[in-house]
Amino acid sequence: MMNGEKITGAEIVLKALQDQGVEVIFGYPGGAVLPIYDEIFRQENRIKHVLVRHEQGAAHAAEGYARSTGKPGVVLVTSGPGATNAVTGITDALMDSIPMVVLTGQVPTKLIGSDAFQEADTVGITRSCTKHNWLVKDVNDLARVLHEAFYVATKGRPGPVVVDIPKDVQFALGNYVGPGNVAHRSYKPRVKGDLERIRQAVDLIATARKPIFYTGGGVINSGPAASQLLREFARLTGFPVTSTLMGLGAFPADDPQWLGMLGMHGTWEANHAMHDCDVMICIGARFDDRVTGRLDAFSPHSKKIHIDIDPSSINKNVRADVAVIGDVAHVLEDMLRVWKSKAARPDKEALAAWWEQIRTWRGRDCLAYKNSEELIKPQYAIERLYALTKDLDTYITTEVGQHQMWAAQFYRFQSPNRWMTSGGLGTMGYGLPAALGVQMAHPGSLVIDIAGEASVLMTMQELSTAVQYDLPIKIFILNNEYMGMVRQWQELLHGGRYSHSYTASLPDFVKLAEAYGAVGLRASKPAELDDAIREMIGVKRPVLFDCRIDKTENCFPMIPSGEAHNNMILADLGAQTVSAAGKTLV
Amino acid sequence: MSYDPVIQQAEIIRTHTIAVLVDNEAGVLARVIGLFSARGYNIESLTVAEVDAREHTSRITIVTSGTAQVIEQIKAQLDRLVPVHRVVDLTTETEPLEREMALIKVKGGGEKRVEALRIAEAFRARVVDTTLNSFVFELTGSPSKINTYIELMRPLGLIDVSRTGIAAISRGPEAL
Repeated sequence: MMNGEKITGAEIVLKALQDQGVEVIFGYPGGAVLPIYDEIFRQENRIKHVLVRHEQGAAHAAEGYARSTGKPGVVLVTSGPGATNAVTGITDALMDSIPMVVLTGQVPTKLIGSDAFQEADTVGITRSCTKHNWLVKDVNDLARVLHEAFYVATKGRPGPVVVDIPKDVQFALGNYVGPGNVAHRSYKPRVKGDLERIRQAVDLIATARKPIFYTGGGVINSGPAASQLLREFARLTGFPVTSTLMGLGAFPADDPQWLGMLGMHGTWEANHAMHDCDVMICIGARFDDRVTGRLDAFSPHSKKIHIDIDPSSINKNVRADVAVIGDVAHVLEDMLRVWKSKAARPDKEALAAWWEQIRTWRGRDCLAYKNSEELIKPQYAIERLYALTKDLDTYITTEVGQHQMWAAQFYRFQSPNRWMTSGGLGTMGYGLPAALGVQMAHPGSLVIDIAGEASVLMTMQELSTAVQYDLPIKIFILNNEYMGMVRQWQELLHGGRYSHSYTASLPDFVKLAEAYGAVGLRASKPAELDDAIREMIGVKRPVLFDCRIDKTENCFPMIPSGEAHNNMILADLGAQTVSAAGKTLV
Repeated sequence: MSYDPVIQQAEIIRTHTIAVLVDNEAGVLARVIGLFSARGYNIESLTVAEVDAREHTSRITIVTSGTAQVIEQIKAQLDRLVPVHRVVDLTTETEPLEREMALIKVKGGGEKRVEALRIAEAFRARVVDTTLNSFVFELTGSPSKINTYIELMRPLGLIDVSRTGIAAISRGPEAL
């Protein structure tokens, strides 16, 4: 393009995406984005486009792509229902801090506000579920706004953004500007932590007698360097490490210092260590209610260090004694330098006693379950899946519910960006489309969606997308015919009145797979499981795996709502009463 | 139960006046208001106007109330909105200068009309519209002064009030 030559808004969109290094768009066409689709047609696959079957699928696929690569996911949908269908995925990305750029078509500027066909107030609807959004009314603002959108989505705490582009703006001629040096007028997040605070944190860590690292999704979002630095810091200090659901993989699950996940379905040892610790080092986690349990009984005797890139996370739920605002990798790097220069050494004897205590908790063997010769136990299924895939280049996504928690407990993640799950929003239907996005980014890898039969039916149509693009994702359904987590809560909290948590008339998943042109497999007995999993791995096509499990198995340990960390239910303790206050909590 | 003075202090609810400098762009006010409603914060007064036409920046003045922790959250949440340049809590050890303007319509005649005019003089309210049986007063001052004036006008034929909400600025030589 000659300097100063005007091009159409649609051309500007494609050029901006290319200049931002976008490789793939997940989208669905419609009236208000036809000019952009015309450009996609003309640019002949320089940017790949994946046609999903529902716009929610596009957003989740973009999340999977982003979470597994660290790059922003890109979504393109039409106005009205295209935008509103994407809202669940956008909200999911906001809750889990996933960088995502969503381009929505809009009715022509002259029709905005007239209740035109397929008009929705997209910036109004998405204002509260995006990090920021824009309605571009002038084609000459388009390039700048698009570059700004990528900047906002990826800098600071990542999140989704929406750029709403009216159809006439896509046709209009305007000037293109390149990404250049984006110096945003007002949004300049801080990445380096305050050194004085870091020194205070190091001093506190050095005095710890019963310390714990409590790590979260921020370590993953910060990039692979952050995971490396966390491992180095953990090795240097010898402290135990636990993680939130979102942080799994940042610290290797095979490491002896690993305590397992914490929180509502976390391990006995992780939750007890959180409760009894004297210094808590929270890195890139946000004291979510699924982690803290009853707030006024949360880790009552500890000093808390909180590292977070988002100042609004500090003191939101739990007061921090030392708060360091900054990017995890930057802060950990400085922290390690200060630690080494001070030659700080924690009290060896105290630490040995602490580990002795942790060994006692570990001895409780909280994830133990009673295996069966007749029925496939869900825990056993995940254990076998892990055993047969751990030496392969594997990525795991999940839906939401019991299967998700069993996956978090029994699939042992060793490295970051290998685990894609809907943590904050808890979106059933996330895992299948997310797996598409992961597979697009990693064509040669093994991508498995550990699913429940209820969740996966919410976005089952995306199996058609997998077949169209030869994406050999494996959908491993733990099929118990129940919305398992709902059923579990009804058993424990509502007197076993299973109100609408059983799905009658489930499809035959093997036939369903075949109808889509995918491969259907089934295992109903423990003895069949290994061979079936091997067959699934061996098939280079999309697979729907119907793993028939014990229908009434519950997921333990469990901290009942409204209870403290040291008040967990274990499988062998059976149900216990839950307070009336706890019952009202989610 | 241990006595924790930090928690005790955190439970005290105070009123704060917060100044927010924002880009004057479409939707910015909706973002601020949406944040308050989505997170369940209180808005007692909110005013907004462009303060720098060349820079396209507006200043929003919000009067809100909450515990120290809530006020800290409100500031952090405001600060993370993309078009927000600066968030300053004007309620520190010293109270900020706060002014509000009100237009107050009083209808009636006779002794009440004379009394309304007398009180207006005492409050330095200006008469900006007159008919034979009504006045519109313009009054500038602290919100409490305006409250008092309105209460005094009520028995004298008050029929309509329009208030601007609070404009606030810190005392001393420092800018926002």
